[in-house]
Amino acid sequence: MDIKSAKYKTSKITNENGSIELTFGDDTTCQVPLTVGNRHYQAILEWAKIDGNAIEAAD
Amino acid sequence: MTKAAELAKMGEVLTNGQIGGRRNIVINGAMQVAQRGTSFDYVTTDAYSLDRFNIDVTGGDNSAGRLTASQAAITDLPGFANALKFDCTTADTSIAAGEALILSQRFEGQDVQQLKKGTSSAEKFTVSFYVKGTAKTYALEVLDIDTTNNRSIAQTFGVTTSWNRVVLTFDGDTTGVLDDDANRSLDLNFFLHAGATYTGGTLDTAWGAMTNANRAVGIGSFYSSTDNEFFITGLQMEVGSQATPFEHRSFGEELQLCRRYLQYFDAHSNYDRFAIGTATTTDDCNFLFKFNPYMRDVPTLVHGTLSEIVVLDNDNSAEAIGSLSIDTNTDGPQGCNVEASDITSDVMTAGDATQMSAANTANAFISFDSEL
Repeated sequence: MDIKSAKYKTSKITNENGSIELTFGDDTTCQVPLTVGNRHYQAILEWAKIDGNAIEAAD
Repeated sequence: MTKAAELAKMGEVLTNGQIGGRRNIVINGAMQVAQRGTSFDYVTTDAYSLDRFNIDVTGGDNSAGRLTASQAAITDLPGFANALKFDCTTADTSIAAGEALILSQRFEGQDVQQLKKGTSSAEKFTVSFYVKGTAKTYALEVLDIDTTNNRSIAQTFGVTTSWNRVVLTFDGDTTGVLDDDANRSLDLNFFLHAGATYTGGTLDTAWGAMTNANRAVGIGSFYSSTDNEFFITGLQMEVGSQATPFEHRSFGEELQLCRRYLQYFDAHSNYDRFAIGTATTTDDCNFLFKFNPYMRDVPTLVHGTLSEIVVLDNDNSAEAIGSLSIDTNTDGPQGCNVEASDITSDVMTAGDATQMSAANTANAFISFDSEL
């Protein structure tokens, strides 16, 4: 998975991190749940293990 | 009727596929369902194409080769109307070690328990499919994801310019039990291009610990020329050492199986409605999407161009949306609350009923992806 960046988004219902906005290398985006069975979330966690990569905090 | 005649009749019935339904473990094997669209360009990432079929062009080194994958209408293979077609659009004859092009279908562990993998009674299984295209040799690998460091087995097969049914029977694997859950456990991987990382050893024709160098030994390269094409349909995986006739399922049934992994809401006309929701503030709305059937797990929200999706407020004006998101705290495989934020309405107040709609375009879509 060609990940460019990942950033938490805050839920307006719970005011907690509710998802991650994932941006791919071609600048398309998707909204990823914080669920271990989700393939995009698994890929983000693997990507974040690489030096220099980190999931940005929510605004 | 004599016993011998009875047995002969039974054999004929079995050969004709007249009994023994639900043999095919593969979903969308006849390439009928294409919720995401019918043509896809691949550059440097892995992505799904026709439903349930993943195309991975990321072996570690990105190839300069490019392809278009599409759902092709076919008329030269009786019984099949569609195939998945690969067309090489940019050639790559300088193959770096880590390059790979892999077409896959991935299975949940709970859907392959009948293979009895990891037990002393592990079953042989047979994979069959119809292929044609530029004459090449490719490889089919079966990959166990659950066992630590993975286990694999592979066989090569030939493609010719005419349709040919390939039948590959694999031994059962007495090592490595597959988890009985909804996660990815087993992959069918078609290697169509690979560098030395995947071809430098000896092909793993018996089950064993996965070694990258042994996964795709002896294959040709789909990227060798822009003249290259590859067509595949009628993909079937079944328990046993015999290939039975392809198990055709109705389009509606196949679509419902695919919707466990992808639910795709696309506009059929301008201002087509997607969902009814409620304003939670003067700027934000929640829209509930209930899934039928339940999805495999909490899905990823994928949408088209945001400017092509609007909220219709209580004066029925189409208002722009600043962002869409989902909420893990409230969502599940049964449904998602999609939050539309920073809406530019002048009249909306908390509690208003609203609608999410396509803008003045039929290109809009919103989808939920729970693929493996």
